[in-house]
Amino acid sequence: MRRYWPLLVSCLVLVPFGVAAAVPELLSDASPIAIDPVNALLPPGTRHWFGTDQLGRDLFTRVVHGARPSLLIGAGATAAAVVAGGLLGLAAALGGRAADQVVMRVADVLMSLPQLLVALVVIAVLGAGTTNLVLAIAIAFTPGYARVVRAEALVVRGSGYVESAKGLGLRRSVLIVRHILPNAVGPLLVLATVGFGTALIAGSGLGFLGFGTQPPAPEWGAMLAEGRDFLETAWWLGVFPGAAITVTVIAVNVLGRAARGRFAGGKP
Amino acid sequence: MIEVEGLTVAFGRVQVVRDVSFTVAPGECLAVVGESGSGKSVTARALVGLAGPRAHVTARRLAFDGQDLTGLAERDWRAVRGRRIGLILQDALTSLDPLRTVGAEIAESLRTHRVVPRAETGARVRSLLTDVGVPEPERRARQHPHELSGGLRQRALIASVLAAGPRLLVADEPTTALDVTVQAQILELLGALKERGAGLLLISHDLAVVARLADRVAVMKEGAVVEQDTTAQVLSNPQHAYTKSLIAAVPMEPVAIRVSVQATESPATESSATESSAAEGPATASLFAGSPSAASLFVGSPFALQAENVSKRFRAPDGSLRHAVDGVSFHVRMGETLGIVGESGSGKTTAARIALGLIEPDQGRVLLSGRPWSGIPERDRRARRRTIQAVHQDPLSSFDPRYTVERVVAEAAALSGVRGRDRTRRVTELLDQVGLPATVLRRHPRELSGGQRQRVAIARALAPGPDVLVCDEPVSALDVSIQAQILDLLAALRRDLNVAMIFISHDLGVIRQVSDRVAVMKDARVVETGPVGEVFTAPAEPYTKALLAAVPSFPGYTPGHPEKRSATRAALDSASPSAALRSGRS
Repeated sequence: MRRYWPLLVSCLVLVPFGVAAAVPELLSDASPIAIDPVNALLPPGTRHWFGTDQLGRDLFTRVVHGARPSLLIGAGATAAAVVAGGLLGLAAALGGRAADQVVMRVADVLMSLPQLLVALVVIAVLGAGTTNLVLAIAIAFTPGYARVVRAEALVVRGSGYVESAKGLGLRRSVLIVRHILPNAVGPLLVLATVGFGTALIAGSGLGFLGFGTQPPAPEWGAMLAEGRDFLETAWWLGVFPGAAITVTVIAVNVLGRAARGRFAGGKP
Repeated sequence: MIEVEGLTVAFGRVQVVRDVSFTVAPGECLAVVGESGSGKSVTARALVGLAGPRAHVTARRLAFDGQDLTGLAERDWRAVRGRRIGLILQDALTSLDPLRTVGAEIAESLRTHRVVPRAETGARVRSLLTDVGVPEPERRARQHPHELSGGLRQRALIASVLAAGPRLLVADEPTTALDVTVQAQILELLGALKERGAGLLLISHDLAVVARLADRVAVMKEGAVVEQDTTAQVLSNPQHAYTKSLIAAVPMEPVAIRVSVQATESPATESSATESSAAEGPATASLFAGSPSAASLFVGSPFALQAENVSKRFRAPDGSLRHAVDGVSFHVRMGETLGIVGESGSGKTTAARIALGLIEPDQGRVLLSGRPWSGIPERDRRARRRTIQAVHQDPLSSFDPRYTVERVVAEAAALSGVRGRDRTRRVTELLDQVGLPATVLRRHPRELSGGQRQRVAIARALAPGPDVLVCDEPVSALDVSIQAQILDLLAALRRDLNVAMIFISHDLGVIRQVSDRVAVMKDARVVETGPVGEVFTAPAEPYTKALLAAVPSFPGYTPGHPEKRSATRAALDSASPSAALRSGRS
């Protein structure tokens, strides 16, 4: 039982965030963008749990409504990176020496730069916006996943069961789809749960710099950026979106580690 | 020299060693035998204070040369460990520091215990290496563990243990990782050390090794000693049921193949040994008399697989090309079993992979059912792959970890064209054929025992209806009793299905039991081939003779008989590293 409690706690923590992302109206019936200048910069209290911002918008409502874009950026970027990295990694491992060299050298170059910097460059080329942000983070994260899949696919390709399957006279395509791919992506999926947290931080970071979701739509990173100007007078503007990011990332990380533990203990 | 009384080792509430008592005198060898988990290794480590930080060691008496070892502080242990009691471990590759030369390893032991003045360290290292029979000690001392062969590595490890001059040696499975001829040399070295007055505590699961070296035997089961007596007494007249079952599980085949060696020696223990060799004489003769005619049964049968003069070279780590197989020819006919025997690195497995069409030979050609099998595109080979199937040493790694037993076998069965409901029926049928109940269908291979897994592997190999079955060390990872069951199964299947079988093993007893013909491999070549009876009774090649002589005999137990040792010695390569040791002693 003791082994399961981190898993349990992190799941419990993530439930409200999931609800907030799926149906924010359930947690707060106020509008996240309705301006109410009279009640600007109110501290947390019974009426406004997290206080209000400089335009009098309820901060709790904005944090709740900010869950969806923030989590979507993290999840979307991770999903895109996992798919692209998976395919490129497989191509590098199984596609012959030339494919391996091309994919891996490009990956080396991208990995030698900080991921956030790579994402920044991509945004500089593509322009700001939520879709471009997702794309930029995905590109920055792809090489890491591609490496893992390549290494894993090389191991699986040399494994006894792939040789046995080859010995049965199976076609190469069947071999890849039936045996190599499913066994090579296992570690990738675990890595993705941990990578999701990193992608979320990257998304918030770029949002903070103003490259992601454009105001007035709420997004945790962008909210942090807006709160920065009032940090001395209104601490709540920075603390609550920041706490939302921190708690989500920690919970997802714990979840990922627990999943990795299970994975190492025996494949499902 | 060492007296142990009421030794108990507990990890938490679990007692892994319970009330164990024994003594070892100078020049004596006590063997502790038992299956894995019986507590024999923990016992050995408790003697040098290395049972581990979580172990709770108590003893009524634990004394070395009269000095009490109970309640010794770690600091005091260091003066005993190495200096007075030496520990020899199983795997020299992991026991020696990979980053240091062998000489540095031995020198450290000399310096730690301040055995000789610093200036003489180098000379002492060389003399120690010479003592344990390492040729060219000067060159070897400058080499790293990975540059040495398994046997030399084990010798170097023993030299580093001997450096501080311990009077008691604790050897934990010292030869388990070694080939038979190397094992024979190491056992001989340990025997020589014993004769020079060292006490030896030998931990082993191998009764044949024990029979060769030990004066007394203690049998351990579940942490307790169940029987302790002289080796002759324990092996010829075991008292405890567990000892009897251990002895019964030893394959008796090596006895038969040792006749050539036994013929040259006079049995020492009058009663037991004479009886056994007398009883074996005629029985063995009749067995072998039947073999040539049995082999000739297959002459009219068509060739299943022929390998003609095949060679394969690989690039060695140093960049040079090395032959894995070199001009090897063999063939097997329908219904026949060809045994390929040799030590590790002799090219057996490469030969198997060439036969399976998994690697292309550089030279020579392979014919499968009379048609070319090498030098053809993979596209043409693919359709014929199902006619040649493999069973490996480690079946678990040959199954997709996500697959249930049913899927594993069904995937192979699908290749012979059975679909849908027929397929489930066919899978059940195949499992039945290999003696597995239908209840394993939905289980994963990793949940099965080693023997059951190997049965699944055999079922899968049979599923596509092959003509040739290549078994690469299929029973080496199994316990003796399970091994016998799998060999029986393979024999029955061969009889019923008339498949040709290539059976690869390093174990001469196993090869003797299953093969019609044998090919002996050494250094990438086939050095001898012929009907199994002929090769095993009248080997033509010196290497085959050495291989046969090196198998530790078990019921033909002759304690310390000089003729037997010299026969083994003469049979072994005359340039063997133990030559130095022998000349030093005589």
